[in-house]
Amino acid sequence: MRIIGLAGRRLAASIPTLFLILIGVFLLLQLAPGDTVDALMAQMGGGDAATAHELRKFYGLDLSVPAQLANYLWHLVRLDLGFSSIYGKPVATVIMERLPPTILLMTASLSFAFFFGLVFGVIASRAVNKWPDTLISTLGLIFYATPSFWFGLMAIVAFSIYLQWLPAGGFEDIGEVRTGIFRIIDIARHLILPTLTLGLIFLAIYLRIMRASMLEVLNLDYVRTARAKGLDETRVVTQHVLRNALLPMVTLIGLQAGTMLGGSVVVESVFSLPGLGRLAYESVIQRDLNTLLGIVFVSALLVIVVNFVVDLLYARLDPRISAEG
Amino acid sequence: MSDAPVLSLEGLSVLLPRGADRSHALNDVSLSIASNEILCVVGESGSGKSMMANAIMRLLPGEVGIEAGRMMFDGRDLCTTEPAAMREVRGAGIAMIFQEPMTALNPLRTVGDQIAEMFRIHTDLSKAQIGARVLSLLEDVRIPNPRAAAKAYPHELSGGQRQRAMIAMALALDPKLLIADEPTTALDVTTQAQILKLIRDLQQRKKTAVLFITHDFGVVAEIADRVVVMQHGKIVEQGTADDVLNRPAHAYTKQLIAAVPPLTAPPPRPLSSDSILTITNVAKTYRTGGFLGRGARVTAAVKDASLTLPKGATLGIVGESGSGKSTLARCIVRLIDPDHGAILLDGKDWAKLPRDEIRRETRHIQMVFQDPFASLNPRRKAAELVAQGPIVHGTPRAIAMTEARELFALVGLDPSAGDRFPHEFSGGQRQRIGLARALALKPDVLIADEPVSALDVSVQAQVLKLLGELRERLGLSIVFITHDLRVAAQVCDLVAVMKDGEIVEHGLVADVFGRPQHTYTQALLASVPGGAFAREHQAAV
Amino acid sequence: MDAAKRYFRSPAAVIGLVLLLAVIAMAISAGVLYPRDPLALAGRPLVWPFTNPRFPLGTDNSGRDIAAQIFYGARISLLIGGVATVIAVAIGTLIGAFAGYYGGWVDNILMRITEAFQTLPNFVLLLVLVAVFGSTLTTVTIAIGIVSWPAPARLTRAEFLSLRNREFVQAGRTLGMRDLQLILGEILPNALPPVIVYASVVMALSILLESALAFLRLSDPNVASWGNLIGLGRDVLRVQWYVSAIPGIAILVTVLAVSLVGQGLNDALNPRLKSR
Repeated sequence: MRIIGLAGRRLAASIPTLFLILIGVFLLLQLAPGDTVDALMAQMGGGDAATAHELRKFYGLDLSVPAQLANYLWHLVRLDLGFSSIYGKPVATVIMERLPPTILLMTASLSFAFFFGLVFGVIASRAVNKWPDTLISTLGLIFYATPSFWFGLMAIVAFSIYLQWLPAGGFEDIGEVRTGIFRIIDIARHLILPTLTLGLIFLAIYLRIMRASMLEVLNLDYVRTARAKGLDETRVVTQHVLRNALLPMVTLIGLQAGTMLGGSVVVESVFSLPGLGRLAYESVIQRDLNTLLGIVFVSALLVIVVNFVVDLLYARLDPRISAEG
Repeated sequence: MSDAPVLSLEGLSVLLPRGADRSHALNDVSLSIASNEILCVVGESGSGKSMMANAIMRLLPGEVGIEAGRMMFDGRDLCTTEPAAMREVRGAGIAMIFQEPMTALNPLRTVGDQIAEMFRIHTDLSKAQIGARVLSLLEDVRIPNPRAAAKAYPHELSGGQRQRAMIAMALALDPKLLIADEPTTALDVTTQAQILKLIRDLQQRKKTAVLFITHDFGVVAEIADRVVVMQHGKIVEQGTADDVLNRPAHAYTKQLIAAVPPLTAPPPRPLSSDSILTITNVAKTYRTGGFLGRGARVTAAVKDASLTLPKGATLGIVGESGSGKSTLARCIVRLIDPDHGAILLDGKDWAKLPRDEIRRETRHIQMVFQDPFASLNPRRKAAELVAQGPIVHGTPRAIAMTEARELFALVGLDPSAGDRFPHEFSGGQRQRIGLARALALKPDVLIADEPVSALDVSVQAQVLKLLGELRERLGLSIVFITHDLRVAAQVCDLVAVMKDGEIVEHGLVADVFGRPQHTYTQALLASVPGGAFAREHQAAV
Repeated sequence: MDAAKRYFRSPAAVIGLVLLLAVIAMAISAGVLYPRDPLALAGRPLVWPFTNPRFPLGTDNSGRDIAAQIFYGARISLLIGGVATVIAVAIGTLIGAFAGYYGGWVDNILMRITEAFQTLPNFVLLLVLVAVFGSTLTTVTIAIGIVSWPAPARLTRAEFLSLRNREFVQAGRTLGMRDLQLILGEILPNALPPVIVYASVVMALSILLESALAFLRLSDPNVASWGNLIGLGRDVLRVQWYVSAIPGIAILVTVLAVSLVGQGLNDALNPRLKSR
């Protein structure tokens, strides 16, 4: 209970942060050349000034900036993100449609990176400065240096074009209508390459952190205590080192949540996934500023939620947290 | 005490990796421990005494290896025992407790669980049986509320309680030999006395052999049956406690024992009737945690402290950790702003001076810090460190640097060493640099916060001697913060005893230590390890 | 000096330095080796590498010399990476130093702002900045600097937090030093090494951010950037995959070199950790 209270308090503390972001980005977007109406008019193939004026009045764009901001925040409190003139739908609806692929992609990539980062990090630390460590650390460095979009393209060349094992893009096969388990398998097949692509750099980061953290914990006094008790090395690692070494990894999930969401912009573009990241890209190209602001809000919210979950997880792993208060 | 040896080391040599300051951590070490005896291994830092403990457990760091010798335990040579068999010896045959109770337990698992692990790996007992054994062990080590302690995480226990839990864990399987590596060094003196008594009691009840590693001759006097003295990885002397303490044969042993400050004060010096520093009702309260005023914890670090420092005198402030003595010292130099009270120095109230005036006046009062490794900026050369103060106060750089070199000579350092960086000096030398830095501003009052507690005993004696000489030569008045009553007895004219932020007793050293009035002062004095030895030792010097 | 010796004792660090120097040499020699505009038409489009000695790395979809673009791209990557890193580390150190040294409400406000920047996915913020200010070389560089400062700020703050109560800083205070003297003279020199090491991470990430932006055609289209070229190559990926592959390797090598140098510096400056 105490843990939830604690994490809840941090959640509450992030509300001002959220507003800070929204106000900042809202004011920033005022500086953008052209507004939604310009974009809309361009899409309609032009129009006269009177129509533009009418439209601006309709969208409340003729008001002063503070008034517009107040308007926006007031709508936001009621979970209304405004209207996307490009998609002809409320922004909230557009975003909700695009959210599932992104969340699926992030979860898959995170699991992949976390699991293999953990395993490889442990292996490397147990063979420090021997060949498995050298191999893993070198691969880690190379993965870290690989631009994700390029890796994605090369993976498409290899697995989709030459080997033809996996689809080159999209979220699911739109040619056939699949249901139930077949649909799940189909989506999974579509997500394999994007997951690897997005997860690669995080795999590199996690394995490096896990290795360093394992080496650090292995040097601590209580590990010596454990050895002095007569535990064998396997038990020393599983019973005393692993959980302690995991703590920095868990912290990292929270810190990297934003980066991962940012990375999905690129990956979704490479694999034509209809997700939030691609939506962000499209709204920049199409100057759909309302949608862009909505995405800023939702992605910040997503990061805050991830951090909330990470806080809970961390507090479960480390009993010292709830004592500090 | 004359049983067959439980463990005997025969010509044990341990090789250090190349590039270390010497070739061997241990050089041809031979000793034996019988059951039901406490053997104290005593030596200064770097003597190889901890390395010996790790060698016996075969827990040496990877690059350090046993070169020669035998370690006979239970009919086999531990040097050649297979790793799997060695694991059975660890914990069950030989158990170990460590110096730092704060870090020796896994922070993420409960104390009871960690003790239970001993039974899980070495015995086939059922879960219920293990639970019962854990409880009875915790009762044996006299932890308050054993049931709660078993369920507690290490951070929820005090240092002394954690060390009790460590002892419970070590003794879980009734090992033949217990290795205790400086087990009380990190503890307060009253806790130390309790833990020493506990180890003694348990050892006598269980007839365990104990290899007790320490740097403190007081502890040796308190607990040892036999003593081994080590220097640079070699045994220089061994014998019964009585022989070694009272009739030391080797010059190094004599030197070490002579360096132990006796508990009785030297004859009092005449004190000036002028006071240079007067503290009245100084208080400091900390508020920690709390969100929007909820759940805030209030700690009164210093409560209404009043003291007077006569000109040219040394006032000792003694107390255990958390007693508020360091906070009080930092209030006096305004590193910490006191909540209220007055600090009169030279007619000015330091408690109320504004920041920029403090910066100007600070040359009248200077401070020497505890940690010789943390108190010097690692990126500045020694001479520069000493010259910094005068430069800040407007002395031209060239003059300040010349003066710095003169100060080097004053504190007993080679003036040409001024071009070296702090890491090129030993702990004692660094403390001398710290002293020179404080003296560079020609202060009237020196606040010394545990200036010798991080030093080896022989170095400690030299630095204390230097401090005494400087006091005479420069007419310094000193406030001396320490947790070590023996040190306080040696250097102070007046002493104040602090407990939980309050000054419980103060007066002339001879009075306070000779006829303590407050029960806490009495308890503190009774806890000084080897108290009897320390007093007799005085007679011998 | 010891640090330099330790640096050159590590083969990985030396390889990194050699690679980095090679990339720098490419950037410097680009103008001499390829005096013509790298974005100008040079020959037949889509010449495969190693088939025509005039175009050792082939030509792209519009017949531009890939080798020339790779050389000029080194300039852009190093320029953007370097300048953005300087911007990010400068802002980060400044904010981190003040937050860590003063603590209290100063820290509270500065950290709220840092948190806001970290909560917003940095690539999304980058998109917003580019959408607002356009995608010239200057704006893109500044934008990357602006989205990259929070991590160095947190690092500097943590260093300052741990250093400000160190005894040598207290000693400086009792000597009568001013806050600025303490921050600049005592704490900063001790806080800087890890920040400098971290700068290599910032630089690696900046290069990756720019190439991603260019790949999405949101960076300056008028300069030869490796990311731009990968984006172009995407249109002919099915057959002429080399158009995308070659600049990708250039990015990989550059980022790898920067990371290796950073790691080498880290081990050289913190010898204690190396022995583990």
